[in-house]
Amino acid sequence: MSVRSVFPQLEQLLPRVSKPIQYVGGELGAVVKDWDATTVRWALMYPDAYEVGLPNQGVQILYEVLNEQPDVLAERTYAVWPDLEALMKEHGVPQFTVDAHRPVKAFDVLGLSFATELGYTNMLSALELAGIPLDSADRGDDDPIVLAGGHASFNPEPIADFIDAAVLGDGEEAVLEITGIIREWKAEGRPGGRDELLLRLARTESIYVPRFYDVDYLPDGRIQRVVPNRPDVPFRVAKRTTMDLDAWPYPKKPLVPLAETVHERYAVEIFRGCTRGCRFCQAGMITRPVRERSITTVGQMVKEGLEFSGFREVGLLSLSSADHSEIGDMCSGLAEQYEGTNVSLSLPSTRVDAFNIDLAQELSRNGRRTGLTFAPEGGSERIRKVINKMVTEEDLIRTVVTAYSSGWRQVKLYFMCGLPTETDDDVLQIGRMAHEVIKAGRIAAGTKDIRCTVSIGGFVPKPHTPFQWAPMERPEVIDARLKMLKEEINSDRSLGRAIGYRYHDGEPSLIEGLLSRGDRRVGAVIRRVWEKGGRFDGWSEHFSYARWIESAAEVLPGFGVDLDWFTTREREQAEVLPWDHLDSGLDKDWLWQDWQDSMSEYEQDDCRWTPCFDCGVCPSMDTEIQIGPTGKKLLPLTPVNSLRVPV
Amino acid sequence: MAKNQPPGGQAPVVQRIRLRYAKRGPLRFTSHRDFARAFERGLQRAAVPIAFSQGFNPHPKISYASAAPTGVGSEAEYLEIGLQAEVDPEQLRLALDAALSPGLDIVEAVVAGPGSLADRIDASRWRIELFSVDPPVAEAAVKAFLELDEVLVERMTKQGRRSFDARSAVTHIAVTDQSAVPSEADGAPCAIIDLVVRQVTPAVRPDDVLSGLRVAAGLEPPVPPRVTRLAQGTLTAQGELVDPLDADREPALPG
Repeated sequence: MSVRSVFPQLEQLLPRVSKPIQYVGGELGAVVKDWDATTVRWALMYPDAYEVGLPNQGVQILYEVLNEQPDVLAERTYAVWPDLEALMKEHGVPQFTVDAHRPVKAFDVLGLSFATELGYTNMLSALELAGIPLDSADRGDDDPIVLAGGHASFNPEPIADFIDAAVLGDGEEAVLEITGIIREWKAEGRPGGRDELLLRLARTESIYVPRFYDVDYLPDGRIQRVVPNRPDVPFRVAKRTTMDLDAWPYPKKPLVPLAETVHERYAVEIFRGCTRGCRFCQAGMITRPVRERSITTVGQMVKEGLEFSGFREVGLLSLSSADHSEIGDMCSGLAEQYEGTNVSLSLPSTRVDAFNIDLAQELSRNGRRTGLTFAPEGGSERIRKVINKMVTEEDLIRTVVTAYSSGWRQVKLYFMCGLPTETDDDVLQIGRMAHEVIKAGRIAAGTKDIRCTVSIGGFVPKPHTPFQWAPMERPEVIDARLKMLKEEINSDRSLGRAIGYRYHDGEPSLIEGLLSRGDRRVGAVIRRVWEKGGRFDGWSEHFSYARWIESAAEVLPGFGVDLDWFTTREREQAEVLPWDHLDSGLDKDWLWQDWQDSMSEYEQDDCRWTPCFDCGVCPSMDTEIQIGPTGKKLLPLTPVNSLRVPV
Repeated sequence: MAKNQPPGGQAPVVQRIRLRYAKRGPLRFTSHRDFARAFERGLQRAAVPIAFSQGFNPHPKISYASAAPTGVGSEAEYLEIGLQAEVDPEQLRLALDAALSPGLDIVEAVVAGPGSLADRIDASRWRIELFSVDPPVAEAAVKAFLELDEVLVERMTKQGRRSFDARSAVTHIAVTDQSAVPSEADGAPCAIIDLVVRQVTPAVRPDDVLSGLRVAAGLEPPVPPRVTRLAQGTLTAQGELVDPLDADREPALPG
């Protein structure tokens, strides 16, 4: 049975909404296949606005990997803004894909990529618009499998009622395996219906199906245990790790949007994983081990990606790009290849050392200077030991002095507020540090005309990190510290004038904390917030703290817990955490030891350069560190002297 | 040498080419800014030897003639590019057309002659399809509109709501005889208006003329009309539009 495009109906609504181009599709790299010629069909959703969702690397990679399979069709869908949502409801237009404008309900799988928990309410809007029951339990054989992925799926418990399954970790191979299971089940005539399909997924031991697990609670509200409720599913579900990134050089054909999006560049992931061991960083913990993409694959991807897309900007991405074993040769090789072409190269620079500036110098050969960002994360030496960010104040001053004397007029410094054990003084030291940066920078640059921007993010404790047991600070304490810091920065007018100050209020962080470390009971809060109109919670103009507080107060007492219980409460070692049955490879005892080390301000080295410290990931996941150097170099490109007719 | 210039200046312009392009189907929802970004990437994809401006943040040499509003299709948009190497215009057209999403189509390319593109455009011809509107109803509205010397309409601009005359810039408006043929949903009536509007300040756009039909005769289309720009050019005394690329297609004059 073929599926009709909803575009004729949608088209009538588009003249009445803002930025209609985001709903139209037609991107370069977009694939439209014949519905009837395929057997397994995926709708991939990034549950935020198109302008944020389109550049998402995860979705782009899976879209391409799936569409390369001849009998598989993958299309994309994004959260629609409230103006279109209202019109779609009024006129009965369902949630649609942007590629061929097919209704999402017609697909076999609705795969959602959750980079952040703040997309949960948007998922509910999409399900409602799609005509898919909100609760997994109410879905029938005609509904897609609602599958969560992305970093937030390492604790999908708050959305356990709404999803059918979750995948932890790398998706490239997972989507193909899931496709295979669905293909086979369909070929057999869908034996046992939806339940049998979910069971087959769960039996892989690396796809989590929440309905097959029961959660029991203790009288005090803590979890007693999470156990399978049927014999043939595993006690723990393991994360996925894709090894050998050279074998998965995606995106090859990046999506190039017509609408304006947050990133307009060809992004290539130069390695995955990070072992620096920053204790607040969930990404660094759950993506271990480090797996490098080789310099030659990166060079090839950049060449082909630029030719395909026409982008004039390249981003060399990873969690700590300067750590690639061949980053020096990579940067100088690429800079040479693209010298005089008006292509600009950038490196998200967060490592605080002069090496980063050498790299940035190389990349700015074309005369285009990208900004320099350094992330000391903590204001005082003490707090940096707590979070395992091994940077001394001298390192930082030396680095920014090099930047200013190399011609940069502006640097950005990134910090967090609300870290475990943090005192007012730890935060005030950020201001003093910024003063020192300006003083030293003025001398180095020989001019008063330099600036630095201090940017503060709110700390949110995340599952599968040493801080998963940590209490969150209350928003009013955070806000008071941020105000104090502002006064400290401006206590010296001459220095303060040269310092930009950006921060977020503490309130949204508290809600992110609820959603990050929540359990299944938090699902009722998400539902209540959404029913009251909660949408686009990652956007300050849409986020309502009051709505979250109110909904939590209405729902949680029924379970004998409250918002504080989930956020500002410190957990004990023996407590069963909601995600303990989800295996990131990290040994819980090691995480606990690292949490204790943190309290004693004891630092942990990086296993990339020092011996293994037994975090547990490699042996339990049967993986290993994959790093160079390969010793290879990038060769000069042959200049193109004629027009090219792209295909 | 000028101060504050980055090392290695940009190559000079050796050839200027004028393009006519179309915005078709769903891609009529691209805004002018969206098109401009897509076009710059198209230049890169097609390896067009585009010239860049001087300075620390060089920009490709592209200049646009007045762009159709977002949501309005067009068969006749114009732009001019400066190149640092000579190319064959038809090869360029093919390469660029292939480099852009289907629906953003490069229709014609000619080497620029003397004079400016902007000086050759003072009016546009538009087609307005009014779905579910009976042609006689549209004809009556057009007649009422034409009988007035001035039709004041309102539009939100960046300066706020402003009121202006939508009548005097209209040099031609009529319901066409294609109207009998329903162009969309089977069986539903559809009135098609042929409209020529002079470029004036503030600009009078097709939706302003539609507002004018509402003001003059209470015409309220039940579904959003579809508007397409068919042509731009110089308005002759006979009310015809002269294609702005005509002058460039003629053999180059001596000197």
